[in-house]
Amino acid sequence: MRKLHQFHGGIHPPTNKAQSNQTPIVQANLPSKLTIPLHQHVGNSAVPAVEIGQHVLKGQLIGCAEGNLSSSVHASTSGMIAAIDKQLVANSSGLPELCITLIPDGRDEWIELDPCLDWLECTHSELRLKLRKAGVVGLGGAVFPSDMKLHASQQKIKTLVLNGAECEPYITCDDLLMRERAAEILEGAQIMRALLSTEEILIGIEDNKPEAISAMRAAVLEGKYQGIEVIAVPTVYPGGGAKQLIRVLTGIEVAAGVRSTNLGVQCFNVGTAYSTWRAIRFGEPLISRIVTVTGNVSHPQNFEVLIGTPMDELVAHAAPLNGTRYYIMGGPMMGVPMPSMQVGVIKATNCIIAASKEIFPPAQPALPCIRCTRCADACPAELQPQELYWFAKAKNFDKAEDYHLFDCIECGACSYVCPSNIPLVQYYRFAKSEIWAQEANQKAADTARERHEFRESRIEREKREKAEKLAAKEKAASAAKTQRTEQPPTLVKTDVNPEDTLQLKIQTAIDHAKEQAAAIKPLNTEQLTPAQQAQIDEIEAQRARIREMALAPVADHTKG
Amino acid sequence: MPGFFSPFITKPVSVSQIMLNVMLALIPGIAIYVWYFGPAILISLTLASLTALSVEALMLKIQNKPIAPFLKDNTALLTAWLLALSIPPLAPWWLVVVGTAFAISISKHLYGGLGNNPFNPAMIGYAVLIISFPVHMTHWLSPNGLGAISLSFMDQLNYIFQGTLPAGVKLDAITMATPLDTLKTQLHLNGQVKEILDMPIYGRLAGHGSEWVAAGFLLGGIYLIAKRIISWHLPVAYLTTLFIIAGIFHLIDPTHYVTPMFHLFSGAAMIGAFFILTDPVTSPTTPKGKWLFAFGAGLLTYLIRTFGGFPDGMAFATLLMNICVPLIDAYTQPKVFGKKEKRS
Amino acid sequence: MLSALLAMSGIAIALGAVLGFAAIKFRVEGNPLVDKIDAVLPQTQCGQCGFPGCKPYATAIAEGEADINKCPPGGEEGIQKLANLLGVDFKPFGGESIPKPKAVALIDESNCIGCTLCIQACPVDAIVGAAKQMHTIIAAECTGCELCVPPCPVDCITMQAIEESAANWKWKYPVYALTASK
Ligand code: SF4
Ligand code: SF4
Repeated sequence: MRKLHQFHGGIHPPTNKAQSNQTPIVQANLPSKLTIPLHQHVGNSAVPAVEIGQHVLKGQLIGCAEGNLSSSVHASTSGMIAAIDKQLVANSSGLPELCITLIPDGRDEWIELDPCLDWLECTHSELRLKLRKAGVVGLGGAVFPSDMKLHASQQKIKTLVLNGAECEPYITCDDLLMRERAAEILEGAQIMRALLSTEEILIGIEDNKPEAISAMRAAVLEGKYQGIEVIAVPTVYPGGGAKQLIRVLTGIEVAAGVRSTNLGVQCFNVGTAYSTWRAIRFGEPLISRIVTVTGNVSHPQNFEVLIGTPMDELVAHAAPLNGTRYYIMGGPMMGVPMPSMQVGVIKATNCIIAASKEIFPPAQPALPCIRCTRCADACPAELQPQELYWFAKAKNFDKAEDYHLFDCIECGACSYVCPSNIPLVQYYRFAKSEIWAQEANQKAADTARERHEFRESRIEREKREKAEKLAAKEKAASAAKTQRTEQPPTLVKTDVNPEDTLQLKIQTAIDHAKEQAAAIKPLNTEQLTPAQQAQIDEIEAQRARIREMALAPVADHTKG
Repeated sequence: MPGFFSPFITKPVSVSQIMLNVMLALIPGIAIYVWYFGPAILISLTLASLTALSVEALMLKIQNKPIAPFLKDNTALLTAWLLALSIPPLAPWWLVVVGTAFAISISKHLYGGLGNNPFNPAMIGYAVLIISFPVHMTHWLSPNGLGAISLSFMDQLNYIFQGTLPAGVKLDAITMATPLDTLKTQLHLNGQVKEILDMPIYGRLAGHGSEWVAAGFLLGGIYLIAKRIISWHLPVAYLTTLFIIAGIFHLIDPTHYVTPMFHLFSGAAMIGAFFILTDPVTSPTTPKGKWLFAFGAGLLTYLIRTFGGFPDGMAFATLLMNICVPLIDAYTQPKVFGKKEKRS
Repeated sequence: MLSALLAMSGIAIALGAVLGFAAIKFRVEGNPLVDKIDAVLPQTQCGQCGFPGCKPYATAIAEGEADINKCPPGGEEGIQKLANLLGVDFKPFGGESIPKPKAVALIDESNCIGCTLCIQACPVDAIVGAAKQMHTIIAAECTGCELCVPPCPVDCITMQAIEESAANWKWKYPVYALTASK
C-alpha cells in the first residue's frame, strides 16, 4: 500500500453526489441550435474559420487556434452557420464573447476523420499536433490546451497523476466516466505517459466512489498495464485540486508560480485522458463531454452533451422543477453563476446545477471578521485568509501580495467555514484582478515612457543632423561665394516659411481628396496593367496587416 | 447573476452560535458558584447582560450601524458575563453597570466594534473597576458556611441595590478577601505557606469553594475544545506555563511559594485560560503566535500574582499580551503551501 | 548644571557631525525624486497637466512648482499614489482637470489624406503611415493622449472609449449590505 500524504486544512461539505450517480450516462438529444464560443480555453481566442451561411459537417474546424497558447474549436454536429457574433457565454464576467451559432440539420453527419490505428507508430510531435488539431483541453475546469502540457521537460517527469478525485459536491461526471469508460481512460493515459516519458501513473480517486475505483482497478488488471496504480484518497474538499492531489499522492508541494513538471509531476483530469484517446485513436475532435445535470431537477443524471448545447435545453432532459433562479456551472464551491440560462455548454462545463432558494439559500449578512481563524484552519494553501481579507478589503494590495495572495487557489473553503459569513474568496478575486490590471497599466506606462524617450532622442538626433547638414552646406556655399565674388547673385532667395508650404501642400491634398470623394469612381480601376494591379494588391495587403496590428488587444491576461 | 458568487454553500455555523456555546460552557462554573456563594452572582449576571445589550444597541445606533445582526451575535452578552464573573457578587449595582458600560462602549465600540477591539473588553472593564474602586472590588462573599452569617437572597438584593444590610450585620461578617489576596497579605505578614493554607478559607487545592468553581470552568472548557469551538493550544499552553513556573518556584522554596495546583485553581486562571485568552478577536491568529501569547500570559500572571501589587494577575497579563498581538502575528506568519523549504 | 549643559551640547555637536557626514557619504546623484514621481505618472504624455509631458510635470512637482492633482489620466488613484510618495495630503481634482474614461484614438481610414501631421503629434510613435498614405493607429501603443486629434486637417481622428469586455473585465469589490437579509 502506498503511503498517502496529507494537506493542511480542507472541509467536509455534504457531497450530494448520490442524486446523480445512480443512472448511466445518457446521450443528450440534438438541440435546436448550438452556441459555440470561440474562447473556451486558456490563451488566445480562436479565429472563425467559417462564414455565415456555410454548411459544416460534424467535427469540422470552425475556429482556428491563434498562436501557441490557444486551441481549435469544431462543429459539434452537421448544420448551417447561422451567426458569428458576440453572445452571452458561460464565463464569470457575464460579458458577451464571440460565438458561432450553428443550426443542426439533423443528419449529424461526420466529416472524414483521420483515425490512427497504432499510435505507437506516430512521433511525439505528430501526436501533439493531432491533439492540438482536435482542440483537446483540460476538462477538469482549467481548460489549458493539453498539447502544451504534454511536453517532456529537461527535468525527468517521474509521475503522471490522473485526477479522478472529483471533490466538489454534486458533480459526478468523472465518477460515471470512470465507471463506464475505464479502459479508454487508461489508453489515453498511456499516450500521455509516452509523451511525457513518465515512469508511473497514479490515478487518485476519492474513497466515496467505490464503483469507479473498482472499475478502474479492473480495467488495469484486464489491460495488464504496468506501472498504473489506482489509489483511493480520503474524501476531503479540495482534495481534487491538482496541487492537493499531487501532494496527497506524492508528497510533493507545488507552490504557486512553479511548474509541477519541474518537480517531476504532471497532472491531468481523467476526462482529458479519455478525450486524448478519442482524438488520437479515432481522430475525433473534442465536440462533446459528460455533464452532470443536478440541483433543482427531478431526475439528476449525467449526459453526454455536444459543446454548444444551450443549457436550458439540456436541463430540460432532467425534468426541471419550479423555482430555479439561475444555473451554476461547476460545483457549489467553485462554480460560476451563469449570466443566462441559454448559454451554451463549453469544454469546461462539468456540471450544471439548477439553483433554487431551497438548495442554495441566499447568503446571510456578513459580520466583521472575529479573527477566529477557522478559515486559516481550513485553508489548503496554508494561508491566513483573515489577513488577506483585511488587506484586500482595505485595498492594500502590496500587503496582500506579501501575505501570498497569489497562492490562494480560490477553493472557497475559507468562505465556507467563516462564522461571520464573509465572502472571503470574493475579496481575493477582486484583489487579484485589481493587481493584474495595475500590472498591465504599469507595463503600458513603461512602454509609453520608453517610446516617448526614444522619440525625443530621435527628434533630437534629427535636429542635430539637420543642423550639421545645414552647416556643411553653408560652408560649401560660402566657399563658392568667395570664388565668385564678382558675379551678382543670380537667384534671390525668397523667404519661404516651411510651415506655409506644408499648409499649402495639405490644402491641395484636401482639395484633391474632396475631388476624389466627389467623383463617383474615384479609382481608375478599369484599365490597369497586371503590374499595377499587383502593386495595389500589395499595398492593400500591407494596409490589412497594419490594421490588424492596430486592432491587437491592448493587454493580454495570460496570467489568469 | 450579479450578487451571487461561489461558494454557494456555507457551513451552518455563526458567530452567535459560537458565542452561545461559550456562554453555555460557563454554566457549570456558574452553578457551582451559586452553590457555594449564594445567588447574588445571578443578579450581577442579569444586570451586566441588560447593561451590555442596551449600551451595545445605543452605540450601534449612534454609529448608524444595523442593530439587529450585531445584537444577535451574543458577543456583548458574553463580555457581560465574563465581566460579571470577575466582579465580587455583592458589589453595588452601579459597579456592574459602570464596568459593563465602559467595556462595551469604550473598549469595544470606540475601537471599531466587533472584531476590531485590540483589548479584551471584559478585562478592560475589570481593570478600570479595580483601579477606580479598589475597595468595592475586594469585598468578596464568603463561601457558605464560612462566614459568620449568610445572607438570604432578599438581603443580598437589598444590599446590591440599596447598600443596606439587615440590622446588626456588618459587611465584614459576610465578606472576605479572595484566597489569592489572603495568601498575599499573610505572606507579607511573614506567614508560611503551610500555615496559611490551614486557614479555613482554603480547601483541598486552593480556595474553599472557589476551587470547585474553577473546576466547573475547566469542565466547560473541555466541552468547548471537544466541540471545536476553541482550539486546545491556548488554554493548554497557558496552564502549562503557569504550572511550570509556579512549580519551579515552589520547588525552590515551598515555604514562600504555593503549589502550582493552587495557582491553576485559584483566581481567574481557569476561566481565563478557556474563556478570556481564547477570545478570538484579541488573541493571535497564527499557530506559533498562539503559543507565544499563552506563554507570555502565563508568565505575567504568575509574576503579577507573586510579586505585583494586585491580588490576581490574569486580567493584566491578558491586557499586556493583547498589546503584543499585532506584533506577534506579524512575526509568526506561517510558511505557505509549497514554500516551506527550498528544494534543491 | 554646567556639566549637564556641556554634555548636552557635546551630544548635539556629535550627532550633528554624524548627520553631516551621512549626508555627504550617502549623497544620491541626480534627482531620484523626479524619477520616482515619473514612475507613478501614467505616461500618456498628453500635456493635460499644462506641462509638455510626464517627465516635465514630474520635475515640476519635485521642485514644488506644480500641484499633485493636475493629471487626469492618472485618476484619483494617481493622486493618492503621489500623495503617498510625497507624504502630502490627497487633493481632489480641480475645475478643468476631470478624468475621462480610458480611450484610444482611431483614424477613419477612408478620410485620411496622408498629411503626416498626426504622426508628428503622437508622443509615443503609435501612428504608422507615410506622406500621402493612409495612416493608422496601433491601439496597443496608443496612450489616449488625444494630441493627434486637433492637428488633423480633415478631422478624421476620433477617440474611442475602451469598453469593458470579457478580456479586460475585473472582479468587483464585494458589496454586501449588513442588513441585506431578504
Ligand atoms: S473564518 Fe471568518 S471570522 Fe473567522 S477569522 Fe476567518 S474571516 Fe475571520
Ligand atoms: S479560497 Fe484561498 S484563502 Fe480561502 S481556503 Fe481556499 S486557498 Fe485558502
